[in-house]
Amino acid sequence: MPPLLQLEDVHARYGPTTALRGISLTVGEGESVAVLGANGAGKTTTLRAISGTVKRSGRIEFAGQSLGRRGPESVSRLGIAHVPEGRGTFGELTVRENLRLGAYTQRGAAFKADYVRVLNLFPWMADREGQQAGTLSGGEQQMLALGRALMQRPRLLLLDEPSLGLAPSIVGEIFRRVKVLNAEEGLSVLIVEQNAVVALDTAARAYVLEVGRVVVTGSSEELRRNESVRRSYLGY
Amino acid sequence: MEPGGPLMANFLQQVVSGLATGGIYGSLALALVLIYRATRVINFAQGEMGMFATFIALWLIESGWPYWGAFFATLAIAFVGGVVVERVVIRPVERAPAVTVVIITIGLLIGLNGAAFWIWGGETRAFPSAFSTRAIHVGGVAFSIQDLGVIGVSLAAVGLLYVFFRFTKLGLGLRAAALNPEASRLVGVRVGWMLALGWGFASVLGALSGMMVAPLVFLDPNMMRAVLLYALAAAILGGLDSPIGAVVGGLVLGVGLNLISTYVDFIGDQLKLPVAFAVILAVLLVKPTGLFGRTTVRRV
Ligand SMILES: Nc1ncnc2c1ncn2[C@@H]1O[C@H](COP(=O)(O)OP(=O)(O)O)[C@@H](O)[C@H]1O
Ligand SMILES: [Mg+2]
Repeated sequence: MPPLLQLEDVHARYGPTTALRGISLTVGEGESVAVLGANGAGKTTTLRAISGTVKRSGRIEFAGQSLGRRGPESVSRLGIAHVPEGRGTFGELTVRENLRLGAYTQRGAAFKADYVRVLNLFPWMADREGQQAGTLSGGEQQMLALGRALMQRPRLLLLDEPSLGLAPSIVGEIFRRVKVLNAEEGLSVLIVEQNAVVALDTAARAYVLEVGRVVVTGSSEELRRNESVRRSYLGY
Repeated sequence: MEPGGPLMANFLQQVVSGLATGGIYGSLALALVLIYRATRVINFAQGEMGMFATFIALWLIESGWPYWGAFFATLAIAFVGGVVVERVVIRPVERAPAVTVVIITIGLLIGLNGAAFWIWGGETRAFPSAFSTRAIHVGGVAFSIQDLGVIGVSLAAVGLLYVFFRFTKLGLGLRAAALNPEASRLVGVRVGWMLALGWGFASVLGALSGMMVAPLVFLDPNMMRAVLLYALAAAILGGLDSPIGAVVGGLVLGVGLNLISTYVDFIGDQLKLPVAFAVILAVLLVKPTGLFGRTTVRRV
């Protein structure tokens, strides 16, 4: 069986700046995969190429469908939820409205059931349904973004640096949630991270990017043992 | 009657009549704000779009349609017209700098104005009102039914729009698309269509203000020039990105201008427009975000 998501020789650029120089990667059904790399390596652009928020060339297939010509409105309808860099919070809308937007392409009945499910995952949201999302703390906004993504009923979750700007304890909490969703509900996950330690703890496999190319790939175990990965990204 | 009664009565009449014109300014101001929120551009053709729609309404009425039939048909035509204008004229310059889009809307203003002259001629025409010009008397105060009707129609339109934006999924999509287009696309909101729908609703509000103001000032292709400037003043007063601000700004401006021209001898009707300009200038200098606007305009 082919993998759920497959990228082959994907290129992308912003005007004159080339960001991806031929990326190939796969995410299997139910798998959890990390993309590591320094600032500017092309991690964000890889996710954007998948969700269609940047112009790209090469082959991108998801569940047997080609994504290459689809925009984000269409990619999201196929079951890919992308939590972008900066979380994509609608700061002026309420917590409930943010979650409602996650279910934008779902039927009304699905919204009610999924909403209850997300409130069970994050009970604090129930008391703060009417609060403007922009007034939440960074960690809360990241959880809200995760909740919004779950409302999309995704088969594949794309997370862009969920740890950014958060205290270590909150980072741990968020990654634990992701790990549970992956392990218990079979949600496939592709996580982009600069924090390689937590990412390798959560994902089963990883790719390391440098200037728009995959330079190392393997299981999380293998990467932890890899000398250069350890020195550059794990810091020991 | 108590002493000072006639003065009080006159004051109340002027307030109500100010609320009526204020409702008209507020409707058009709300149209400007809807588009500004989504595109950060002021649609200078908003008034002319309303004028054009009002001519269509008059044409329907003169062809024998009942007033309210023509009224609602015109709103529907205005909606479709607004959507089409966005898709055909604005869409191609969507990614262009704001200045380009503003110039396009000014071109649209001139084009619609010229088209109206060409089709209907430049002479002023009487436009029927849905409401009687008689007055009803409440405790010694005479309120014009026309004024009360205009207030009612404006409030109903604003109220319906509020319910739509606040409580429907499509309304939420429209708000989200204006606040954060990229994140909206990621959850499946078709942002391009949301912009077009926004133009449709703005166009409906413009048509509404045109049909409400036409019985007061007569219909001609330049009818909406002054109204647009008042609406702009109202929108800036309320805060260009605040829908509530637009409505409140319109009402405040309508009542304020009416009271000033009644009680301040040297201002009168001719100086209302300069006063509106003074309001724009003062707000931009003292509090550029207006009464209800946000200081932090976040665009991710
Ligand atoms: N919006 C943009 N416009 C121009 N260049 C960009 C833009 N976004 C990213 N880049 C460039 O593309 C390259 C890859 O960036 P990105 O994918 O954001 O890296 P990462 O997420 O790994 O930090 C970098 O050289 C960056 O400067
Ligand atoms: Mg990044």
